[in-house]
Amino acid sequence: MHTVLQQLVNGLSLGSIYALLALGYTMVYGIIKLINFAHGDIYMLGAFWGYYVINQWHFSFWPALISAMIFCALAGVIIEYLAYRPLRNSPRIAALITAIGVSFLLENGMSYLFSSNVRSFPQAIAVKQYHLGSVTISNIQLLILVVSIVLMILLQLIIKETKMGKAMRAVSVDADAAQLIGINIDRTISFTFALGSALAGAAGVLIGLYYNSIDPLMGMTPGIKAFVAAVLGGIGLIPGAALGGFVIGLIETAVQALGFSAFKDAVVYAVLILILLVRPAGILGKNVKEKV
Amino acid sequence: MKKNLKYNLTWLAIMVVGYILIDVLELVGVIDQFAETTLVLIGINIILATGLNLIIGFSGQFSLGHAGFMAIGAYTSALITQAIPNGGGMVLGLIAGMALSALVALVVGIPTLRLNGDYLAIATMGVAEIIRIIMNNLKITNGPAGLYNIPQLANWSVVYLFVCLTTILIVNFIHSRDGRAVMSVREDEIAAESMGVNITKWKVIAFVLGAATAAIGGALHASYIQTIAPNDFGIMESINILIIVVMGGIGSITGTYVAAIVLGLLDMVLQNFGTLRMVLYSLALILIMVFKPSGLLGTWEFSVRRIFTKFKAKGDA
Repeated sequence: MHTVLQQLVNGLSLGSIYALLALGYTMVYGIIKLINFAHGDIYMLGAFWGYYVINQWHFSFWPALISAMIFCALAGVIIEYLAYRPLRNSPRIAALITAIGVSFLLENGMSYLFSSNVRSFPQAIAVKQYHLGSVTISNIQLLILVVSIVLMILLQLIIKETKMGKAMRAVSVDADAAQLIGINIDRTISFTFALGSALAGAAGVLIGLYYNSIDPLMGMTPGIKAFVAAVLGGIGLIPGAALGGFVIGLIETAVQALGFSAFKDAVVYAVLILILLVRPAGILGKNVKEKV
Repeated sequence: MKKNLKYNLTWLAIMVVGYILIDVLELVGVIDQFAETTLVLIGINIILATGLNLIIGFSGQFSLGHAGFMAIGAYTSALITQAIPNGGGMVLGLIAGMALSALVALVVGIPTLRLNGDYLAIATMGVAEIIRIIMNNLKITNGPAGLYNIPQLANWSVVYLFVCLTTILIVNFIHSRDGRAVMSVREDEIAAESMGVNITKWKVIAFVLGAATAAIGGALHASYIQTIAPNDFGIMESINILIIVVMGGIGSITGTYVAAIVLGLLDMVLQNFGTLRMVLYSLALILIMVFKPSGLLGTWEFSVRRIFTKFKAKGDA
């Protein structure tokens, strides 16, 4: 029983990282129907920013986290402005290839500038283990869970309660109609990228602290898995992305705990394919009828 | 038959001249070993990308799993040629690889091709990753280390031959009645269905045909490079092939040729730049997409027939 609980804790902390990333994917997809392949690399940028400011400027954890979020938000906005905005009216596959190009550029640019070596992330917070009955949970796991949940609630508040959030929802439903009633589409999309990238930046710093190692290619696999999480939960839906992230994290840890760690990614994809076949719109998605 | 004879003969002449040209250049020494490898890799990329272009460009189904089918072809033929290291083994390996790959594509395609757009892309990507992970863990495929010492039965003339054969197959398929059915699915599924086109059937046929050509590409890759490992067939490989298709122009076989050659040469030239190579490569990719989103050639095709008609029109006037 205690191993089950222990794996649950591990799965939830891994899942919350996926959820943070998946939120960025889902928001961007919801608003411009683009699979932002570079999103995983924004997360890598966040981790490197955290590494840099903690080592060079001796930031403590919280300033590092917040500055990484701001830095990634800026990076996201700049990428959208330079690479995606010119392609807004071209075929979606061209935008997708551009996103892949941006992802390559970030990965290889970082490898070129900072070498592709694995670096150890500075321990900005001393690790403590808490024992709750038979379950061990570290303060970093708790931190990851709490920070991600707080960020998710904040995001939900921004989207539901603010004017900008309302604009985001309007643009994702019908961009033309939103423009007709005076919403500035460019600014709304920039804001969406800023929000999503900030979450990815936070996830980058948190994962650096958790796994203790970062490298320029670290964003690739989590990026794809986070996208899988977003699709699993129902792409375009904020609660769906959060749910999908936790589900993927739990499945992955469960498969690993059962001794099939070599197949953990395969199981994630198999679950995804099954879900897509049974419920193409995702767990929380609504099936939209095709109209002629 | 007779009315197309002139065009077909011209095409045949182009192919033979191309072969002789490369042969002579090699004899003279313009093409050294390094350039020949580049040529072969370009050829393999053309085979892979024309197959993917059939799926993406002509049937309009967005597949991100081409590398998975390539892996099946590569591993099947590598295992068979290791057992029978001669030309017969190569042929057997190719056929077995194509058959297995087509079978997997059929099994996977029938349920997943009901999905559309990005969902299909993600599902096919998942399938390819599952194939890769299985290869990574099977004993017969030698796990993550992969297979090595595969007999080198493919040289550039074999690759050249297969480039011609797959292109002829795919172009003829596109221009047939079946090809028009496939293209009608791309244009408008509902309209095609109401005209009596069985859309699922044609999507699956295009998908299976594309997967079979991917297996040819994979088998030639395994035989020429002589070592394969599961990581050669990751999502990056699928994306590389996709880039060729999109850059050349979705729905243009000529474009696929041009893009495969341009990217292959770009790769060769940038070889001296080390890490900077990939930075420049990705920048080139972004710039091409931003300034020419429909790809280098759009849907333009090179056509012998058009050139003939043009000359005829001039002669008449």
